[in-house]
Amino acid sequence: MTPELGQLALILALLLALAQGVLPLIGAWNGSRALMSVARPAAAGQAVFVALAFGLLTWAFLSFDFSVQYVADNSNLALPWYYRVAAVWGAHEGSLLLWIFILNLWTLALATLSRNLPELFVARVLGVLGLVAVGFLAFIVFTSNPFARLLPMPPDGGDLNPVLQDPGMTFHPPVLYMGYVGFSVAFAFSIAALLGGELEQAWVRWARPWTNVAWGFLTAGIVAGSWWAYAELGWGGWWFWDPVENASFMPWLVGAALIHAQAVTEKRGGLRAWTILLSIFAFSLSLLGTFLVRSGVLTSVHAFASDPRRGLFILCFLAVVVGGSLLLYALRAPKVAGGKPFAVVSRETAILIGNLMLTVAAAMVLLGTLFPLLGDALNLGKISVGPPYFGFLFTLLMIPIVVLLPFGPYLRWGKSDVPVLKKVMWRAGLAAIACAIIAAFVTSGESKAIAGTAAAVWCGFGTLLYVVKRWREMPAGRRYPAEMAGMLLAHFGVGVFLAGVLLTNALSVERDVRVAPGETQSIGGYDFRFDGVHHTQGPNWQGDQGTVTVLRHGSEVAVMHPQKRTYLRGQVQTESAIDPGLFRDLYVALGEPMDAKQPEGAWALRLYDKPFIRWVWVGGLLMMLGGFFAAADRRFRTKRVAATEMPPATVLQESRA
Amino acid sequence: MSPRSSSVGAHPVRDNPTKRQTWGRAQGALLQMLCLLLFTGLAFAQAIDPLPFKDHAQEVRFQSLTRELRCLVCQNENLADSNADLARDLRHEVFDLMQQGKSDDEIKQYLVDRYSDFVLYDPPMKASTMLLWFGPFLILLAGAAVVVVTVRRRGRAAAAVANDKPTDEGDDW
Amino acid sequence: MSRLLPFFGFLLLVLLFGFGIWWNTQHDQREVPSPLINKPAPAFVLPKLDDPAQTVSRDALLGKPYLINVFASWCIACGEEHPVLMTQGKSIGVPLVGYNYKDATDDAKDWLSKHGNPYDMVIVDREGRTAIDFGVYGAPESFLVDGKGVIRYKRIGPLTPEVIEKELKPAIAALSKEAP
Repeated sequence: MTPELGQLALILALLLALAQGVLPLIGAWNGSRALMSVARPAAAGQAVFVALAFGLLTWAFLSFDFSVQYVADNSNLALPWYYRVAAVWGAHEGSLLLWIFILNLWTLALATLSRNLPELFVARVLGVLGLVAVGFLAFIVFTSNPFARLLPMPPDGGDLNPVLQDPGMTFHPPVLYMGYVGFSVAFAFSIAALLGGELEQAWVRWARPWTNVAWGFLTAGIVAGSWWAYAELGWGGWWFWDPVENASFMPWLVGAALIHAQAVTEKRGGLRAWTILLSIFAFSLSLLGTFLVRSGVLTSVHAFASDPRRGLFILCFLAVVVGGSLLLYALRAPKVAGGKPFAVVSRETAILIGNLMLTVAAAMVLLGTLFPLLGDALNLGKISVGPPYFGFLFTLLMIPIVVLLPFGPYLRWGKSDVPVLKKVMWRAGLAAIACAIIAAFVTSGESKAIAGTAAAVWCGFGTLLYVVKRWREMPAGRRYPAEMAGMLLAHFGVGVFLAGVLLTNALSVERDVRVAPGETQSIGGYDFRFDGVHHTQGPNWQGDQGTVTVLRHGSEVAVMHPQKRTYLRGQVQTESAIDPGLFRDLYVALGEPMDAKQPEGAWALRLYDKPFIRWVWVGGLLMMLGGFFAAADRRFRTKRVAATEMPPATVLQESRA
Repeated sequence: MSPRSSSVGAHPVRDNPTKRQTWGRAQGALLQMLCLLLFTGLAFAQAIDPLPFKDHAQEVRFQSLTRELRCLVCQNENLADSNADLARDLRHEVFDLMQQGKSDDEIKQYLVDRYSDFVLYDPPMKASTMLLWFGPFLILLAGAAVVVVTVRRRGRAAAAVANDKPTDEGDDW
Repeated sequence: MSRLLPFFGFLLLVLLFGFGIWWNTQHDQREVPSPLINKPAPAFVLPKLDDPAQTVSRDALLGKPYLINVFASWCIACGEEHPVLMTQGKSIGVPLVGYNYKDATDDAKDWLSKHGNPYDMVIVDREGRTAIDFGVYGAPESFLVDGKGVIRYKRIGPLTPEVIEKELKPAIAALSKEAP
């Protein structure tokens, strides 16, 4: 009975989303306040029913309702409750339900926090969000119903893929979706601005906090995914330029460009059309990511079950939403460049250059990801595009940004004084060179380590220089406005990230070894003593657990327990043992016994020493924090806007402008 | 050790015959599932494969070479990380070729002769990949032109206008 | 009208994706076409399954076209393909050479005696070394080799009656047309 309630809830949500999408937009067009005022209640109603559906699906998992196909496919009686909850979004149908659930969270937040914004504008924004919701709900209701029944009900279910049975994986999709879906708000603001002919000059200021928070979440989601891949997928990698990773990275790159472009538009009035275009791009790339993962158009480890019918549906949705917005942009975007003028040496120019590099990088990732498909279409043969392409070009494209980064806060809007910048250049430059020389000695000339140290210190120290300057020059309480604090945090995070990436790349050591119990193998100055393997088990798995004692200069540093687990349905998974550290991770994976009949004999192990790997994620988290701080600036909290009550006739005239 | 068996993960619920259409797609789906399981370190974690390298430098060379090569069975993984049988065979092949003194390019060519360019994660520079390698550069040029024009135009306007005064807090924010 | 540029760019993207969806319905996305088509087959020398002391080489088979069928007892898809070979093997019109890939000899023999032996001869590649030279990456695969020892056609995946009619037989017919 309850699964059908879930289905009903989704249908009702779809109807309400239709109301939310269509009516307020018509109301905004013909000035009908009655229609416009449908927006908030419809959004609330939709949210209630989507939450209900989501809750019912979760309940179905928690109560082992295997009469629901989706539950039967993705869980079983022995799966612990927390993974049963995670299983709700572990496969295609449920992850779509999560998508629309999160869209509703954002919409509700917007509906609640926009009371001080002009009614006309809010009606349009909520209307656009409603239309997006219609697309997803229709997709779910017509092609991907999570409540489909499986009768007769089986006594037990399948399993949640063991790869997903991990805290990191539980956390990654919701956070990532908060980011992905969050860009729909910036998108809706831009469409509303286009529809309204940009009556509201302040719309970018309203959009900024939403965009920053979405970008922050996306950063966290990508960090979570990377960390999970490192911990769970074995083999110590943290980024593979896999098509689905790229699908989340492209909106991130465009989002980073967008938050900077919005700053220019808000403060200087420039780049208005570009900011609108970027928000359309960012959300389009989010939708594109959704498409790529479910259409089967690209092979990826991440891909959900592919089905041409579903692929076609999303493609049509994509075509309508993105095509429609780009057409609207072509027709309605500001034609005349506005905003205050600026000199060559100015913050505007730096941001423009940064935007250029980020956008080209996103285009490059798109090109590389789609090229195999293009190769099929143009009969160029089967080509593979992987890390050697992406990593190489990405690094090149980021160099100008790294070079400009420390100057960011020192540059002024409009026109900058060069002497100040020169001082920054000397100080940060000298610090970078000094540290690079130290790195050269310590690592015996490893070029990537030297470059990484130089780049990281250039960015990090350069940012700290400004932190100190503000501390000295401003009175307490006015030193670090939230927006500036966010910027400094994020920029510092870039430095930390650079250190992590380049140093770990240069200095990681990996070895496959054969060890008998009692024997020791060494890498990176650490001695790994293999102490044998014994049997162990968990709630829904059995396995072999190895014990490896790590020593450095004779004293014990860690005892590690790599495992090989066999889950109930036969899937086997290696759980690598990680000894985390601020300056290095040690990583051990259990292979096979050298002689399968003698598990008490020698085994194959893979040992890693990965210096500075955590800095990659710490850097990412600092960037995320930066995004959140920046959004919290008091300037962004809207005050009650007086005198926006206009007679319908005027509204009619202006909205047709 | 017998090669991978395929009775892993068989389940009465999932093996719904009505979902299978042609054998080609069925085999593809089966392979993809197997690869996902292999990717997670299935029974024969064969990616962990100690080989008798001459020295550490050779081991590093082997690692970076096999990372640039693509596994044909588990097509989302490189040769270094894949647990597939074929991946292990190809890794041994690469190892043997290295012992015979072949260079990285020769080893890559050896595999390309047998498996096509698909096996290279580093797309070769050919007529067919011109767009791939030079496309981003062209986009960069186009974008840079726009930026230059924009900055010039605004710069001319800026010259005609008095310098912006900072806000009253002495703060440029 | 540079403002329309993004729109047209996006249109191209949609076309590409539409093509991608269509293409997927026609092809197996995972298929990697062989670079050995119209190139000489590797010069293999492999023992026979029923008499390991005897070997078969590429050169020994020159003169007439034949079909190499890569199979193994552990391969399920080969089990699906097998009945097709049993019923249609002779009608293909060229000798069938079974290529036992990475299999235990006893397992292979048992499998053939249980399911029948459609092959004119069976050669064994225990380690799969020669298979690498053929560019084999999964069983079953089939190679059509012409009288001069050149690979003319490769089937990745099991042979079905449809593939035999639409692809294999025409390829064989094309061979006999060019024979002097």
